[in-house]
Amino acid sequence: MYKMIEAKINGITVEVKEGTTVLEAAKKVQIKIPTLCKHPDLPPSAACGLCIVKVKGSNKMLRSCCTPLEDKMEITTNDPDIVEVRKTVLELILSNHPNDCLKCGRNNNCELQSMASDFGIREDVFEKFLRDLPKDGTTGTIVLEPTKCILCGRCIEVCQKNQDVWALSFLERGRDTRISPAGDIKLSESPCVKCGQCSAHCPTGAIFEKDDTHLVWDALKNQDKYCVIQIAPAVRVAIGEAFGVVGKNLTKKLYALFRRLGFKAVFDTNFGADVTIMEESTEFVERFTNKKDELPLITSCCPAWVDFMEKFHSDMINHFSTCKSPHEIIGTLSKTYYAEKNKIDPAKIYMVSIMPCTAKKYEITRSNEMFASGFQDIDVTITTRELARMIKQAGIDFMNLPDEEADSLLGDYTGAGVIFGATGGVMEAALRTAYNLITGKELEDVNFVKTRGLEFIKEAEIDIKGTKIRIAVAHGLAHVEEVLNRVRQAKKEGRETPYHFIEVMACPGGCIGGGGQPYNVTDTLRLKRTAAIYQDDKDKEFRCSHKNPYVKKLYKDFLGKPLSEKSHKLCHTDYKARPIYIR
Amino acid sequence: MEKKIIYLRDTDSAEQERINDFFTLFSNELRDANLSEPVQLVKIADIGLYEKGIVVKILPENIIYTGIKNTDVKRIVEESIKDNKIIKDLLYEKKSKQLRAVLKNCGYIDPESIEDYIDAGGYKALVKVLTGMKPENVIDELKKSGLRGRGGAGYPTWMKWNFARGMNSPEKYVICNGDEGDPGAYMDRSVLEGDPHSVLEGMIIAGYAIGSLKGYFYIRAEYPLAVERVQKAIDQAVAAGLLGNNILGSIFNFELEIRLGAGAFVCGEETALIASIEGKRGTPHPRPPYPSVKGLWEKPTIINNVETLANIPQLIAGGGAKFASIGTEKSKGTKVFALTGKVKNSGLVEVPMGITLREIIFDIGGGILNNRAIKAVQTGGPSGGVIPKEYLDTPVDYENLGKLGSIMGSGGMIAIDDTDCLVDLAKFYLKFCVDESCGKCAPCRLGGYQLLCILEKISEGKGELEDLNKLKKISYAMQKASLCGLGQSASNPVFSTIRYFEEEYRQHIVNKKCPAGKCKALVYFKILPQKCKKCGLCMKNCPSNAILGSREAGYVIDPQKCIKCGACFDVCKFKAVLKE
Repeated sequence: MYKMIEAKINGITVEVKEGTTVLEAAKKVQIKIPTLCKHPDLPPSAACGLCIVKVKGSNKMLRSCCTPLEDKMEITTNDPDIVEVRKTVLELILSNHPNDCLKCGRNNNCELQSMASDFGIREDVFEKFLRDLPKDGTTGTIVLEPTKCILCGRCIEVCQKNQDVWALSFLERGRDTRISPAGDIKLSESPCVKCGQCSAHCPTGAIFEKDDTHLVWDALKNQDKYCVIQIAPAVRVAIGEAFGVVGKNLTKKLYALFRRLGFKAVFDTNFGADVTIMEESTEFVERFTNKKDELPLITSCCPAWVDFMEKFHSDMINHFSTCKSPHEIIGTLSKTYYAEKNKIDPAKIYMVSIMPCTAKKYEITRSNEMFASGFQDIDVTITTRELARMIKQAGIDFMNLPDEEADSLLGDYTGAGVIFGATGGVMEAALRTAYNLITGKELEDVNFVKTRGLEFIKEAEIDIKGTKIRIAVAHGLAHVEEVLNRVRQAKKEGRETPYHFIEVMACPGGCIGGGGQPYNVTDTLRLKRTAAIYQDDKDKEFRCSHKNPYVKKLYKDFLGKPLSEKSHKLCHTDYKARPIYIR
Repeated sequence: MEKKIIYLRDTDSAEQERINDFFTLFSNELRDANLSEPVQLVKIADIGLYEKGIVVKILPENIIYTGIKNTDVKRIVEESIKDNKIIKDLLYEKKSKQLRAVLKNCGYIDPESIEDYIDAGGYKALVKVLTGMKPENVIDELKKSGLRGRGGAGYPTWMKWNFARGMNSPEKYVICNGDEGDPGAYMDRSVLEGDPHSVLEGMIIAGYAIGSLKGYFYIRAEYPLAVERVQKAIDQAVAAGLLGNNILGSIFNFELEIRLGAGAFVCGEETALIASIEGKRGTPHPRPPYPSVKGLWEKPTIINNVETLANIPQLIAGGGAKFASIGTEKSKGTKVFALTGKVKNSGLVEVPMGITLREIIFDIGGGILNNRAIKAVQTGGPSGGVIPKEYLDTPVDYENLGKLGSIMGSGGMIAIDDTDCLVDLAKFYLKFCVDESCGKCAPCRLGGYQLLCILEKISEGKGELEDLNKLKKISYAMQKASLCGLGQSASNPVFSTIRYFEEEYRQHIVNKKCPAGKCKALVYFKILPQKCKKCGLCMKNCPSNAILGSREAGYVIDPQKCIKCGACFDVCKFKAVLKE
């Protein structure tokens, strides 16, 4: 039981749990204290100095982000003195930030810019002191622009602590302090896994997704190209945020949008997810029932996780599902199966994917298997944020578009496909089909609720007609090691594996919290996006991948059966160790 | 017997002639005396005394004679060198306003000998603690003593210890903060080098009082001798059973380890220091949680300054009440200051709290060099402020210095005379803080830099009156919005110089003049033809060929070429060069 404390903020009585910061407590009484460094996902770094407040009895000003409210405290969050200090600090921060707003990717969507606007900054009060630091776009996914960095430390905290990647750090000190991969190397040479969480948490334009929208426009302009498109499950429940709507599934408006933009065929990554499940569940059953390979089986549809595994946990390669990610499967099938059926020259097909993810930009050229169709299976990947800009550029009243359907063959999906977008979704979808594969029967209740929710490590024992399957679901890369260590420990001691099946997603919340999603993500927002995903699942006629009529057709007409030679060639990949740091 | 060394120094003038003659005379006398043992005679560059005529210092006895005439040399050789007698009428009398408690052993015992320390009464306090005091009794004595942290902020030491003691944790740590970094400060260094065992003893007692098994000495790597001597002291204490398991036969175990600081000033801030020991980037962290609750390796930790810990043995040995009998109401005991600047006798001084600034500067420091006028005293190092001469009679303690806009700090004290420019002084300290800012928080990182830019602008004669407001605005924001002590106090030198010497700033800004003649851009040199004797010495000495003319035509200074070094002004014997 927590101790409750009572204090006054601006004269308003507030009761909170002991340990609550002044900043959080103030929110409860409708007081918003400005800050540029505190993010709800992260502990306070106390870097910006804007969230200062006064406490009765002290002539200091305290940082509300890291000061716990104490019993009987009397806090003032706002008076002319405080505003003046905040304004001076903001002017100081701006003295070190280029006035490039009009040309910046964060224009109109920048925390620093909004703050400057709120405080009525109209001139450069202090001498401009800009640092001439090179951009780093070497990963081809995110671009570091340290000149725009205000050193809030969010990217470093999220990279080191939430993601356990340790690609970013502060270098040098004082006014020369800057963000950079440790050792001042290029980001591509660093342990960066391209998850993009840094870019999603950056308050300014200092870390930004590599903008590939011009490639899409160019392709659409090119009469020789047959442009096709796919959208990931998590995109449909987040794109609305760019238009002021939260937690709404806009799948059918997106389909309509793509046709208006000029795409000749509109596919859905969710269909690819259904295929992934067919392959991966079969793989699982092969290992579980027929003891073909070691258990646990570990999911591999998250490219940042794959990169992380290859760099830091390559001893787990044997445990990895070789099945490609849904996105890549749609890419391959569009240039083989779809092209064949519709008699289109696959060389002319230009495949665009809309992803919640920056690492997908990396995945499309990750290895030779990503060229399984004989061409680059996905020509370009853009993130949800980039798509929002394209919609606005196109001048389409997106929210009022009529609903349309996807193109068949690679467009119809089941509830199992769409839940790939949330943490635990891949596991749940796989269990739905594995049940059928193991028992030959259909589930009465397809909901495996133990895999759902934002708890970072979820464990469950699933009873399939007397057979127990032990599963673990982890999201946020910092939580992976704990799960893997349990497996390693059991192996070392010759014990039975603690898990049969493990799902890992690099980003907290899964793809709905991806590094390419709209800004200002919090757990509240993650839950709203997740709810929309599960609603879509619930509303679907078919909720198991193996019941998707078009999946059945795909296997009947083209692939044969899961794990067939053809599906191995087109839908599977392999991994290699890329050790980078020993730790 | 140790070999005698005789140091000679002319403390009146830097000219070599007189001391060279004196040296020759002295060595002749030594030769004629037919000494049985060889002695070494050395001319040294600084002897710690000023304006005391020729000074002779005899080691190892550490006899100091001042105001020595040529006629005294024979006596010194005959009586002091040959017969080891002290000549009373030549002896330098140390002013007795000092009270040496922390420094009492420094210079008197061999710092590398634990026996010397024990002979001088060392480790008695530890014996007293381990044989008859409970940890809470130790803290009670501390409470009675009123001892406050000597590192700068003056937090009551007993409270820190008591918080840590109250924490229920099997692991706790004691850290000695030896990251002394204020420019010109060397109090901690002197204690670590001169009496390392006293700090060790303080730490062991601290460990016992809070229930800790391990302590760390955090010493900056720029103090190699301190590191060496502390390590020796640790080894000796281990060998003597004063560190390790079952200390002095008790059930108390304690060990000590040295960690080196890599030279970042901010690592003297306790949360940054902890990060540094943990191997992380040395940046401060928000408090709370305070280290006494969650410190090193997230365990309760007390961090005390060297001087604070060195106070512990005498405090425990003599009792808290005796300690509290010295000092003012809220500041007890003595404080070591590094007295520098324009005083005649610079050096470390240890004084009882409550002594006035005037007593320190004039009675102990001997007054201002060349008998010029004192303008102010700077205390507290880069985080401190200036105190103008009107307040010289203020008793020195934590409260009074704070009220005057300065701080006790770790004990820097600089006398400022009328040839010192306060804009320049503020610039000097600010430059230090800007270089040493860790860069984590915006007000310090950027505020300090902007202040420095404005001060530079003013000292170059490009200042505007609006700049004064900007200086005040930024200084205030830094004080209020910076995370750690470094940032919060980095603007103090600016704040306090404006507070007391705004007129001097205005002179720079409005009249484009530096009254002290220190800011080069605001100083002009001119040759006055009516006084010039056309000797040409100025032209010869000008390093930038800025003086034109001839012995026939006379000389003029080309302002384009003049680098304002002042060489012409210094060499002209006829005062024909005007500096304004």
